[in-house]
Amino acid sequence: MFRNNYDNDSVTYSPTGRLFQVEYALEAIKQGSAAVGITSGSHVVLVALKRNAEELGSYQKKIIKVDDHMGIALAGLAPDARVLSNYLRKLAMNSKLVFNRPLLTSKAVLSIADKAQENTQLYGSRPYGVGLLVAGWDETGAHLYEFQPSGSVLEYNGAAIGARSQAARTYLERNLDAIRSCTEIEELVVHGLNALRDTLSQDMELTIQNTSVSFVGKDKDFTIHDNEDVQQWLDKLDSTSNDKNNANDDEDDDNDEPAEGTATAADSTQPELTQEGAAADDNMETD
Amino acid sequence: MTTIASEYGNENNSVPIEHRFNPYSDNGGTVLGIAGEDFAILAGDTRIVSGYNIDSRYEPKVFDVGDNIVMTANGFAADGAALIDRFKSAFKWYKFDNNNKKLTIQSAARYIQHLLYGKRFFPFYVSTLIAGLDEEGKGAVYSYDPVGSYEREQCRAGGAAASLIMPFLDNQVNFKNQFEPGSDGRVKKPLRYLSLEEVLALVRDAFTSATERHIQVGDGLEVLIVTKDGIKKVYYPLKRD
Amino acid sequence: MNHDPFYWGRPSDETYGHYNHAIANAKSQIPTSHTQQPIITGTSVLALKFKNGVAIAADNMGSYGSLLRFNNIERLIRVGTETIVGISGDISDLQYIERLLHQLQTEEEVYDSDGGHNLRAPHVHEYLSRVMYNRRLKMDPLWNAIIVAGFSDDRTPFLRYVDLLGVTYGSLALATGFGAHLAVPLLRKLVPYDADYEKVSEEQARVAIADSLRVLYYRDARSSDKYTFAVLTFENDKINVDYKQDLKVENQSWRFAENLIGYGSKQQ
Repeated sequence: MFRNNYDNDSVTYSPTGRLFQVEYALEAIKQGSAAVGITSGSHVVLVALKRNAEELGSYQKKIIKVDDHMGIALAGLAPDARVLSNYLRKLAMNSKLVFNRPLLTSKAVLSIADKAQENTQLYGSRPYGVGLLVAGWDETGAHLYEFQPSGSVLEYNGAAIGARSQAARTYLERNLDAIRSCTEIEELVVHGLNALRDTLSQDMELTIQNTSVSFVGKDKDFTIHDNEDVQQWLDKLDSTSNDKNNANDDEDDDNDEPAEGTATAADSTQPELTQEGAAADDNMETD
Repeated sequence: MTTIASEYGNENNSVPIEHRFNPYSDNGGTVLGIAGEDFAILAGDTRIVSGYNIDSRYEPKVFDVGDNIVMTANGFAADGAALIDRFKSAFKWYKFDNNNKKLTIQSAARYIQHLLYGKRFFPFYVSTLIAGLDEEGKGAVYSYDPVGSYEREQCRAGGAAASLIMPFLDNQVNFKNQFEPGSDGRVKKPLRYLSLEEVLALVRDAFTSATERHIQVGDGLEVLIVTKDGIKKVYYPLKRD
Repeated sequence: MNHDPFYWGRPSDETYGHYNHAIANAKSQIPTSHTQQPIITGTSVLALKFKNGVAIAADNMGSYGSLLRFNNIERLIRVGTETIVGISGDISDLQYIERLLHQLQTEEEVYDSDGGHNLRAPHVHEYLSRVMYNRRLKMDPLWNAIIVAGFSDDRTPFLRYVDLLGVTYGSLALATGFGAHLAVPLLRKLVPYDADYEKVSEEQARVAIADSLRVLYYRDARSSDKYTFAVLTFENDKINVDYKQDLKVENQSWRFAENLIGYGSKQQ
């Protein structure tokens, strides 16, 4: 196993200016199954691929409602996401109670960013092991943010996190214009599911059991659809399995340039990492 | 050489301090709930007063608090609003924590008892009513005293004109002191459910009469009607004098 | 003379006896004292809705009992770009609330770096009513009655009251203190029904408030004729705040005073 002298805690930089614990936390996101978010300006759609630990077990929830106007999708350690979503729910309720207005999406993400950042600078603490896509509708329109354990948040028109999410991003980049000009939520959901489908490995397909769909936007409260409800959108896909996948099998997530603002200096080689997408054996369960 | 004695040093004995601040006020108004066979109503006037001043002629105080339950807390307006706000946020957490389960009226009723009794030694100065449908779909009204004692009833008036309206309700809803014609006062008039039309007529009569006789009641009457199809709101003007 | 600098400027032991240190150390035994009464006070705040806006006014006086203690107190506080908070009652509590509101604005700017969001009147009012109700719960009230004027999220005029007990209400015409007795009837005469505020023009509202201030100056001994007047209007998709200070109550005529009988020594 690769040894690294600078990854014992999150308060020590490596000589090249990197915070390995924070980077490992970002890797935990990639262990989780994919979640995709897209926005048309008036609506945001979050879709996610659920995993079950074993055949007889239930599927881990991937999308959590925060308030009538906000929700999140997660990839990584689900328990960490629960803590963060609980915190967001409290903020949202406090905003309604004290200020009689819905929590602003920008304020929500900056608040969890502040919380996450503390863990990157505190000895003995562990950065959150989860990435979030935050969807919100407020007086300035529909918003989609990506939250990372490093404490960085960025707003996106389309974003994907989790295992093999680069494939989804590629889809989103190619179809950005079509996505932005969507007027119907239905179309937006189909684009979201197309992107999600591209993250599938070859033996998998989107089913009503493993697919979650949610949306929020103008005149639309945040709603999550699971199981039978999802069939209506799966019917609209030309394929529920990833046909492109077999042709070229390159997953290049590892080579992603780190998102701007993370504590990474994009130089030197990365430490060896668990092959992403594979189930983590002796590790904590990720979803 | 004289020394001026200071009594200040002895001030730290345990004499109770006198509070001139009175944390309560009476904002008047009156409320009324009646349960029917498959509906329930909660009505309240829209006037808010302090002393002899009419502060506002339209300040609603009956609210839809979710899951087909309506609620009002009449008396000291700040406590009333605070109680309903507390219930609403507890309701939200209930939904989050119980996978969006529907809150039944009897669970809501029990929870409100805890909200009220939780402030047993600094009470919410309000008469509280909630209305909705029970698990069989029958109309239900629950009423409370300020510290949480509660019961389910067919009808209840609360607030400033409660003592004017309640005897009228006893007679007209529960048929108290009504007998079968020709029975010479020996056979009680049998109980039956009132229709929504009959109930609305009773409510309007109750409030117009209370407006005549009570200075804190008037301006407008807002009625929230709960049926299995949801909550409907109706407004009737009352005398503004 | 005791030459020890420690004793300079202190009551001399020869006259007053030794200082009783129990007083200084008695903090935990003397009950905490909370506000039991206002000290320096501001009188009425008046406000009225009209067709496309809201007008609010308050005079500049701070009274110490019956003493005219200050004549330069500003009691209309601007919060954000489209809200005015008018405060009557204790002036030190007013200044505390002013500080809270400024903190609120700062926080708003920190979390809204992109702009576009606005702290509006309903939000400010909800916040203030929490503050007031929570202080009442502690039996340590902020001794004020407050009127918040501005616009709702849908840009209709917003006018709402909150006081030291946490009691809140809205109406087309609001006034605190003496104004609730003297001004509200005058303002309501202009618009008897709440929904009819749209029939009142800005000019009518300005006149009605100015007239009410004059009546108050005639009859409220704790009022002054120097006042601040803010008129907020929503026109052409834009909110305009006309905030004028140092105005004077116009058209005063004290001729009626000669005929007054029944007060003090001049009995019939």
